[in-house]
Amino acid sequence: MSSALSQISAVTLMNLRAVPSRLGTSMVIVIGIAGVVGVLVALLSMGAGFEATLAGTGQPDRALVLRGGSNDELGSVITRDQAQVIADAPGVARTADGSPRTLAELYLLTDVSKPGSSSPNNVVVRGTRADVGGVRPEFRIVEGRMFAPGVREVVVGRNLAAQFPTLALGGTVEVRDGPWTIVGVFETGDVHESELWVDIEALITASRRQAYNSVMVQLDSVAAFTAFKDALTADPRLTVSVQREPDYYASRSEQLHNLIRYLGYTVAVIMAIGAVFGALNVMYAAVATRSVEIATLRALGFGALPVVVSVLIEALILAAAGGLLGGVIAYLFFNGYTVNTLNFQTFSQVAFDFRVTPALLQQGLIWALVMGLIGGLFPALRAARLPVAEALRAA
Amino acid sequence: MKYLPLVWAALWRRRPRTLFTMASIAVAFLLYALLTGVIAAFNAGVEVAGADRLVTTGRYSLTQVLPQGHLQQVRGLESVHSVAGQSWFGGYYQSERNFFPQFPTEIEPYLAMYPEIVLPEAEKQAMLSTRTGALIARTLADRYGFKVGDKIPIIAGIWPLASGSNNWEFDLVGIFDTANPKDRSLYEMMLFHHEYFDEARQFGRGTVGWLVVKVKDPDQSEAVIRQIDALFANSPNETRTATEKAFNQSFVKQLGDIGAMMSSIIGAVFFTLLFLTGNTMMQSVRERIPELAVLKTLGFSDGQVLALVLAESLALCLIAALIGLGLASLLLPPVSAKIPGFSGLTLTGEAFALALGLALALALIVGLPPALRAMRLKIVDALAAH
Amino acid sequence: MTEALIQLKGVTKHYTRGKQTVEVLQKLDLTIAQGDFIALMGPSGSGKTTLLNLIGGLDTPSGGELRVGETRLDRMSAGELARWRSRHVGFVFQFYNLLPVLTAERNVELPLLLTSLSAAERMKRVQIALGVVGLGERGKHKPSELSGGQAQRVAIARALVADPTLLVCDEPTGDLDRKTADEVLHLLQVLNRDHGKTIVMVTHDPKAAEFARHTLHLDKGQLVEQAVA
Repeated sequence: MSSALSQISAVTLMNLRAVPSRLGTSMVIVIGIAGVVGVLVALLSMGAGFEATLAGTGQPDRALVLRGGSNDELGSVITRDQAQVIADAPGVARTADGSPRTLAELYLLTDVSKPGSSSPNNVVVRGTRADVGGVRPEFRIVEGRMFAPGVREVVVGRNLAAQFPTLALGGTVEVRDGPWTIVGVFETGDVHESELWVDIEALITASRRQAYNSVMVQLDSVAAFTAFKDALTADPRLTVSVQREPDYYASRSEQLHNLIRYLGYTVAVIMAIGAVFGALNVMYAAVATRSVEIATLRALGFGALPVVVSVLIEALILAAAGGLLGGVIAYLFFNGYTVNTLNFQTFSQVAFDFRVTPALLQQGLIWALVMGLIGGLFPALRAARLPVAEALRAA
Repeated sequence: MKYLPLVWAALWRRRPRTLFTMASIAVAFLLYALLTGVIAAFNAGVEVAGADRLVTTGRYSLTQVLPQGHLQQVRGLESVHSVAGQSWFGGYYQSERNFFPQFPTEIEPYLAMYPEIVLPEAEKQAMLSTRTGALIARTLADRYGFKVGDKIPIIAGIWPLASGSNNWEFDLVGIFDTANPKDRSLYEMMLFHHEYFDEARQFGRGTVGWLVVKVKDPDQSEAVIRQIDALFANSPNETRTATEKAFNQSFVKQLGDIGAMMSSIIGAVFFTLLFLTGNTMMQSVRERIPELAVLKTLGFSDGQVLALVLAESLALCLIAALIGLGLASLLLPPVSAKIPGFSGLTLTGEAFALALGLALALALIVGLPPALRAMRLKIVDALAAH
Repeated sequence: MTEALIQLKGVTKHYTRGKQTVEVLQKLDLTIAQGDFIALMGPSGSGKTTLLNLIGGLDTPSGGELRVGETRLDRMSAGELARWRSRHVGFVFQFYNLLPVLTAERNVELPLLLTSLSAAERMKRVQIALGVVGLGERGKHKPSELSGGQAQRVAIARALVADPTLLVCDEPTGDLDRKTADEVLHLLQVLNRDHGKTIVMVTHDPKAAEFARHTLHLDKGQLVEQAVA
């Protein structure tokens, strides 16, 4: 066994020393595989970023109440009476003075254009309260100030402000019934950063709505959810769906995330087939140019196994280099890159960052090694089967 | 033509190598065709939009509802041919996964405005006389196994029935298709009577989602747009009107960077390919230097040797591209029929021509360096190196 | 002797290798008559292959005058030389230099591709040329399926097929055994005698030289003696 190992390392070293002299062809494997891994990681990082933004939204001890049957806030209606019933339900946390920690909110869309374009984008307008921080403690004004109650003022989510330069502090945005003044920029670290927040009473007046869209509830504890949900579903005055906040947002990212993943894997599989053919080409050529060396080694008594293993190792090393290169390129070009798109499950714009995570890089590397393995295996077997005498005569 | 056997034989000099290279080029063109198909699906609405149709929505958002009185006012305009009010139902069949758009609409004017929607006359009449009737696209009927006469249960996502129940039920009386199969993805929907919808729903009665307006003279569209929006200016329900094309385009733009993403994938694929194929051509020429020198000895001119190597590269790329595109045109229809919103995807003549152009460019880029090398070959040196 | 086909007057040839200039041919004067069969002999580095390349129009002299028939090769561009070669010279190499991917027929046809002959006409001439070298029935075989002697005959057929006046042979028997070599040399003799081809053949094999009408000896770029066979 030790002799097999030393044979393998001897032959492998000999092969690897020859790599620089065949740099051009070796680069084909590296670049081919880098292309596949780069595209795969870039696409998946887009999906991962999207999912992290939506699925990362919400706290497990908060619940979102929608009209029963509605899949999202836009299609949901909660009347003022119903909102009151919800606020009185068991499990709802209360402040020191005994008022329920709930937020009945209005959820609308308004058209916002990017500079130099008249094309509308569906941007969420959330009518909420100036003391929103009582239920959403992650809310923080990072620039300017909070809107004043009852006034047509807007605070803009940080991601939205970055994607739409038209939404600058001090400017205006058409929400309903004319322009509203932008007085602040906020952060929440989640999907809400793609929204415009305004005072709910001002929005009710401007949009002439009588009902809310949803009620956000701070629960006594994570465990209080079941009691809260059961109480609402049993109440004959209500037809509502009660979800934990994280579950709701995770479900809103499902379709687009799946689409991106589906697209990413399809493209990567097809590209990988192409890259494997390229790798096969290069490794066959590598074996062909070295047939004399291989035959000489075989004549000297080296076994077939070291030859096979050495060719495989060479292919794997080149493939790994390609995988790393592709991962690094994807990381440099795409990590943190912010895009916005229409989430068709909520019919609204969402901005998110690409996330090239270690798990994705690892996945890319595994793909690279599998491609290298396939691309190296068949040439390696040919090398092992090389008729020694004939190869030597060809010299 | 007489050089063809020479080019052909040289191309297959090392059969596995040529096959592998062809396979990877074919794969790249397959991917190209699939991705351009996806881009085309995104853009379909823009290309198919009727020049004589406008869409009137709420001024602030498509999701604002408008009073039904707007319909009459717009109908009253001299320059307007017809108007159909429409709403977004936002329901789903059985589960949210089985999503497809449902539109309550004014069926008669709507069908008259959309000649691209093809529906048997008998089914149209049945629809007009059935209050709870529904029409559905052929692709959806195939996907879910709906037949004329079926009752289709739809769960309301937005609009419950007056009773508070979410369970709507419609009588399927007609199945329509599009005049051109490639427009199928655009009209993959279910239609039912707005009147019935309005009477049966719990809230929001007396409103429509938006108006589709057919103008008498498409050249006057811009003027009609101003007329309509002027009708409601400074009212509590201001409007924003746009041509159907601009309206559809705004959806494509809302998808934002997806198109750019597709293009960069195609770019990455072809860049990768350039290395694979370029390497093959280089290898092939390197091996053949003495043979090329012989051709020159026999009196083949520099230009002819250049042309031979280029022709080989061209043959390699074009054959492979055709295989890839052929595969794509076989795969696209069955695959797209399974993906909601992508029905009827085909490889357009334009995409095909562009692909051939790409293959040509690829052939030149990878063929030129080795061809030049072959051309500049010094016979005496090349033969001596033998 | 009949009229002169090849005339060299004060031909010199030097190569530049890095900073060094190597004189290969020095003021060479030589006349080869139409219909002659010349064996060109000499030690390695004597310049015999260079001389052959000049006569065959593969290379141009550094100085002097080189005339083949009515044509001044020393004044021609590379493109003109290529056209001239395709009409007037046939080449035979030591290692046959057949294209391995083509059948014998297709190999022989190659020079005819440069003419305006029809496909049928080309095939006819190919068959005639293969017939002359005695390989009429081996046309469909690839070079790898032929013996060395057969391959060299195919190469000779290729050199003949465009009916050139001049055959230029570089060690045509260098890779063949004695018996096969003699057959090939005999074939060249027949081509010279019965078909009127002028042949210039480089060889280092005195036995091969015996098949020629004249033998020229080249040493250090100069002719040393001119023996009549």
